[in-house]
Amino acid sequence: MKRFAPLLLIVAVLGLAGLAQSALNDYYQRVLAVIAINIILAVSLNLTNGYSGDFSLGHAAFMAIGAYTSAILTLPARTKAIVLPDLPLWLSQVELPFIVAILIGAGLAALVAFVVGIPVLRLRGHYLAVATLGLMVIVQVVALNWQPVTRGARGISGLPPFTTLLWAYGWMLVTVAVIWRIVHSPLGRAMMAVREDELAAACRGVPVFRTRLLAFVCGALFASVAGALWAHLITAITPSSFSFLITFNVVAMVVIGGAGSISGSVIGAVLMTLLPELLRRVETTLAIGGQPLYGLSQIVIALMMLAVMLFRPQGLMGRRELPDVLAGLAGARRASLPAHAEAAGEA
Amino acid sequence: MLTPSYIAQQFINALNMGSIYALVAIGLTMVYGILRLINFAHGDMMTVGAYLALAALTVLALPAWAALLIPMFVVGALGVLIERLAYRPLRGAPEVAMLITSLAISSLIENGATMTLTAQPKPVRLPAELTQRVDVLGLNFAVMDAAIVALAIALMAALTVFVRRTTIGIAMRACSENVRVTQLMGVDVNRVIAVAFAISAGLAAVAGVLWSGKFGIVDPFMGFVPGLKAFVAAVIGGIGNIPGAMLGGYLLGFAEVFFVAFMPPEVSGYRDAFVFVLLLVVLLVRPTGLLGAREVNRA
Repeated sequence: MKRFAPLLLIVAVLGLAGLAQSALNDYYQRVLAVIAINIILAVSLNLTNGYSGDFSLGHAAFMAIGAYTSAILTLPARTKAIVLPDLPLWLSQVELPFIVAILIGAGLAALVAFVVGIPVLRLRGHYLAVATLGLMVIVQVVALNWQPVTRGARGISGLPPFTTLLWAYGWMLVTVAVIWRIVHSPLGRAMMAVREDELAAACRGVPVFRTRLLAFVCGALFASVAGALWAHLITAITPSSFSFLITFNVVAMVVIGGAGSISGSVIGAVLMTLLPELLRRVETTLAIGGQPLYGLSQIVIALMMLAVMLFRPQGLMGRRELPDVLAGLAGARRASLPAHAEAAGEA
Repeated sequence: MLTPSYIAQQFINALNMGSIYALVAIGLTMVYGILRLINFAHGDMMTVGAYLALAALTVLALPAWAALLIPMFVVGALGVLIERLAYRPLRGAPEVAMLITSLAISSLIENGATMTLTAQPKPVRLPAELTQRVDVLGLNFAVMDAAIVALAIALMAALTVFVRRTTIGIAMRACSENVRVTQLMGVDVNRVIAVAFAISAGLAAVAGVLWSGKFGIVDPFMGFVPGLKAFVAAVIGGIGNIPGAMLGGYLLGFAEVFFVAFMPPEVSGYRDAFVFVLLLVVLLVRPTGLLGAREVNRA
């Protein structure tokens, strides 16, 4: 039974996604799709921020790369002739299927992460925070100024709405499965060793730099996928869509869910998607003196993040995974569980 | 286009930007030196300072010097308060813990300002004696431009004396060498850190006031990018090193202004990108910066 649990989960998720796709109205479908995209973002950010112990703030940048790449590659040639007349010829003719565009965007984001990672990841982990924020500014500035390709501040709209619930949840499953496998492989062990003590890990033969770089590049790759899915869900992108706000919220998902736990990131993503969605209504209805309270939902998120850091720094899940917790509830002894036993004990 | 007066104008601009970056970078570097914290809420101290100055000038109708001093002291106190609430409880936790709370504080300030004062930028009207233009040695500039540079240099000189001559200043430098040993020498590290935060936030507030005076506008997110750029300045100078932050601030100011002034217009839109590419290059070529010491990774 236990061996088939993942398979069962995959079938169940895809089945439910398919069902929801035919049964729910547009609003609920969009919220559900955003949840899936946020899960991809949170789980992939967790690879650096939770497992390898670096702190990336570059997710918005990598999303933008994925979104713009996919937008330009999938837009029908006829539409491109109108909205992007100055596109280089080879770009204006291409019209690729969604999946190919996603993969090209992911490759591009991975390449950028590689180039940025090389100078930065040799240094202390928190340099990455500033360098990746810098990368976000660079990407935004390029998107604003590279008129012939990105249409600058006007952005690109009228993208084909490819992102159905099946696409979103399919990619979510791929992301979670791949990252789960990475984390439970020798590479994942190496990442955690680097996080706990870089020097000790190096002494034990862990290739520290390569491990950190790999975690960063992998995270960027999936962030780009999420960006492409998001672009074809909303069907319009501008440079300001990929602001620090997005990165901040993904960081909040990881921190609140528990850095170092994949199920924690999933839970964090679900919570942090639904909560602002609810609060957004409060912002406009609960107005003081006719002023809508814009910013309220972000304030709540920031306060939650502060509270978690001060009172429960390991987040909701700590470093445990959902199966461990469920098994613990069922009365099984934690020691009999493999992978996460010692991490759970410590958290 | 490259007339001497144009170049002189850009030179003044660069001195202005450099002075502001230097003031912000000093605070970042002081705090980083002691706590290894990249304080993402530092740029927002500029924002708070600028709003306070605006309130002092318009609501309270105070003179310009009060609009400078009030933000400096109030924001200095705010810096101490934030350290007490959001950073001190996390001392000894993993390095990124304080970084995360500083992100949260930054978001709180930015969105708090958005909620109460709206995201709409507010214009700043300087007193007439600051906007009038003067001619000195054939250079034409506003009094404000000169005030920015003079004030920044005066504050930096005062800080240098403070850090070199006073007991607490010396304790501060000792802390950035090694906190634990300094504590063993009987120094009250908490007091040193509180003073560092007061100075750091106070200087950022002054920088914010000067920034809003120069650009004539205040909005809730104005501190974000300058705060990040000041970090670049601190890295260029060698993070943790106060003279390095001053040097880095001016170098960055000149690099950025000259990039915009002397590059073709279609390239100058990339000015912010240029600054952060510069950061990546510095991190690749000389991660310790110009004046910084190599960080030793001890077991």
